[in-house]
Amino acid sequence: MKQRLNYEGVAIAAPFTMPYQRYSIDTAHWWIAKALRGSLDAAGVAPTEIDGFSVASFTLAPDTAVGLTQHLGLCPRWLDNIPMGGASASVALRRAARAIQAGDANIVACVAGDTNQIDSFRNMLSSFSRFAMDASYPYGYGGPNANFALLTDRYMQTYGATREDFGRLCVAQRDNALRNPNALMKKPLTLDDYINARPIADPIALFDCVMPCAGSECFLVMSEEQAQRRNVAYATIGSAIERHNAHAEDDIQLRGGWTMDVDELYAMAECAPTDIDLLQTYDDYPVISMMQIEDLGFCAKGEAPEFVRSHDLTINGDFPHNTSGGQLSAGQAGAAGGFIGMVEAIRQVTGTAGATQVKDAATALVSGFGMINYDRGVCSSASILKTGARA
Amino acid sequence: MTDELPLPPRKDPQKRTTSPTRPPEARSRASLGLSAAAAEGRFALQVCADCNAVQYPPRDACSSCIGTDLLWQDIAATGQLLADTVIQTSTKLYFRERAPWRMGSVKLDAGPVVLCHIHNDCEKNSAVTMLNRLDASGQGVLLAIPTIRTTHMEDDPQLRALSADPRHRRILITDAWNPNTPTVANALIEAGASTVFIGESESWRPHPNRDALAAIDKVEVLPLDVTDTASVKKLAGEIGGKTDILINNARFMRPGGVLDRGDTGFAKEEMEVNYLGMMRLAQAFGPGMCARTTDGVNSAVAWVNILSVNALSNTPDYGCFSASNAAAYSLSQSLRGEFRGAGLRVMNIFVGPTDDAWYQPLPPPKVLPPAIARSLVDGLQRGLEDVWCGDIAKDVRDRWRRDPKVLEREMTNGGDGA
Repeated sequence: MKQRLNYEGVAIAAPFTMPYQRYSIDTAHWWIAKALRGSLDAAGVAPTEIDGFSVASFTLAPDTAVGLTQHLGLCPRWLDNIPMGGASASVALRRAARAIQAGDANIVACVAGDTNQIDSFRNMLSSFSRFAMDASYPYGYGGPNANFALLTDRYMQTYGATREDFGRLCVAQRDNALRNPNALMKKPLTLDDYINARPIADPIALFDCVMPCAGSECFLVMSEEQAQRRNVAYATIGSAIERHNAHAEDDIQLRGGWTMDVDELYAMAECAPTDIDLLQTYDDYPVISMMQIEDLGFCAKGEAPEFVRSHDLTINGDFPHNTSGGQLSAGQAGAAGGFIGMVEAIRQVTGTAGATQVKDAATALVSGFGMINYDRGVCSSASILKTGARA
Repeated sequence: MTDELPLPPRKDPQKRTTSPTRPPEARSRASLGLSAAAAEGRFALQVCADCNAVQYPPRDACSSCIGTDLLWQDIAATGQLLADTVIQTSTKLYFRERAPWRMGSVKLDAGPVVLCHIHNDCEKNSAVTMLNRLDASGQGVLLAIPTIRTTHMEDDPQLRALSADPRHRRILITDAWNPNTPTVANALIEAGASTVFIGESESWRPHPNRDALAAIDKVEVLPLDVTDTASVKKLAGEIGGKTDILINNARFMRPGGVLDRGDTGFAKEEMEVNYLGMMRLAQAFGPGMCARTTDGVNSAVAWVNILSVNALSNTPDYGCFSASNAAAYSLSQSLRGEFRGAGLRVMNIFVGPTDDAWYQPLPPPKVLPPAIARSLVDGLQRGLEDVWCGDIAKDVRDRWRRDPKVLEREMTNGGDGA
């Protein structure tokens, strides 16, 4: 198969995070507006200059990206709605970059945001997917906790992972989160706290689970030339992949779609796993971060437990991972949970991450995973970002 | 291993009766095929007519060849447990109240992987057998049980919730006069029923079942005339709060179609007992039973009608009786809908001609009381909605499903003249 075109000449700029809240009385529209305005202000871009718009959200109903154009007074000539939850950031980025390369748009705003009202999470579950409605929720209605409990159970049985291994990953992320003033989790987490936490769906306990919250994230995609003209810090795209419904023949999910595209991911970016300065995995449960560490080539299949035992995953460690605390410690703001790693990675390679900055970070890998349609996550994505121009 | 379920203590009247909550009811149309199979106790999945791939979850197109001709077929109900979890917390009240709840992932020998309820006696990674049962929302759900039976496995809370097991329950049979009543009462007591109330109309008249019923321990005969609203209400006032299963076997029948009778007298009586009788019982007992569907071990659980299979398609030899049963069948469907919100089940037992005085002129095969009793107890234990008792009932069902119009033509033959 012919290798696809690379993403040369495209810049990602103006990462903005609207600080998360556990519960919000505002709507997804409000949260998205806040993040969009944040990115536009950061880059000095007027709303009328946005001619490409990409939206990821679960709680906009009955609206979609279409309704938002009128709501926010935008007039894009390129419009995308990304219903891929945790995989949405690299997908939004990849498609926006193509629009920039093709000249379909000059500036694309990619935004993800959700509200979290008292009953939002329950309502979202009940309308999530047809297969979940028919064949998953009637069995205990455990939502993603139950699905990931089964994957974790099988992963532990197959590869000998222990709860301590998952705990190491969660504890390191909490250390990172303590440096992120916007993280919802403010208290240090010890391995003992992790092990002794309240059981949720065995073998998953409280600190394996993310806390649903409200929040939004945004970044802008434009040509490098435009970014330079506007004098904004930016990252470039080494490569980006997406894949859906991979390995449907596997009885239970122990690997994701990354395995199908990982060679191209590194080849296009002209680098290797050893060149990656920091990794942002999609971390709604630690087991899926373990799978990403394996499937993205940092270690062999089944060896992530040993990998986390032998590496320091904190900001100053030898393998900085989920430097803002990830969803496990910063909170899961719906579809914005798919963006948290991307927005943080842009900050990292442009030297604007502040207290969570990894020293001299120049190459970051951002990975996404989403949509438990029935028994497994269907969407996977990843991208490699490089420093374009630091602040 | 499951502990034996003890007989529940007498209810404390000062304690609040738990409001009925239900598991999720929403399903796609394709998925209702699972519920239809569960209504008869079958484990069936969609199979692609083009490539024979077995499908799950239910869908509208084959995930192997995109064919759209997917037929529900009985499938080998065996598999292997891949992974399991115990859910400790749920946003759905039904499961929250019943936590911890075991569920898991099973690789079927037929191919697909299913998420399902897991019986507590299943060992990790063991071979399991799948049941497809109706849950309290009336939807088919899958439960993995141990392939090798364990003692008291029926007493597992998950399995019991997917049944209308007579064990430890108090049951009302509405008609002491019906020839099947003593046999049915005995079978229910043998299946663990704690009390069997029996309604008796015209108590001043002697009838052949009286001595047989009097001889059964745990049976209590009480006055009940289903054609008399006051009588039905009076009994409901006395035992409505402790009726867990109601079995309506009241029947009035006379042979003949429309022209065999000179007036509507018998037809009125048939409607009074077979159709309006069910309605009176439902109006008097239904609300109380619906309020008690989550009332512990001996909660209200099922409503049973014993109907002639000619409710589906008329046989003019018993034309007017068939019509009253068609009305009763239709009413039972309304009851099913009305009871659904509370999770009270409606089970219909469709019976072919029975071996008693009013069917005397018909040739065999005929249904004997033990067959009815077996069907009834088995149907309750498996939580069925539709039970077909006897060879004739199954024959009529199959022909009706093949082509109702052809069946009608067969049933209404005029006979060749001279």
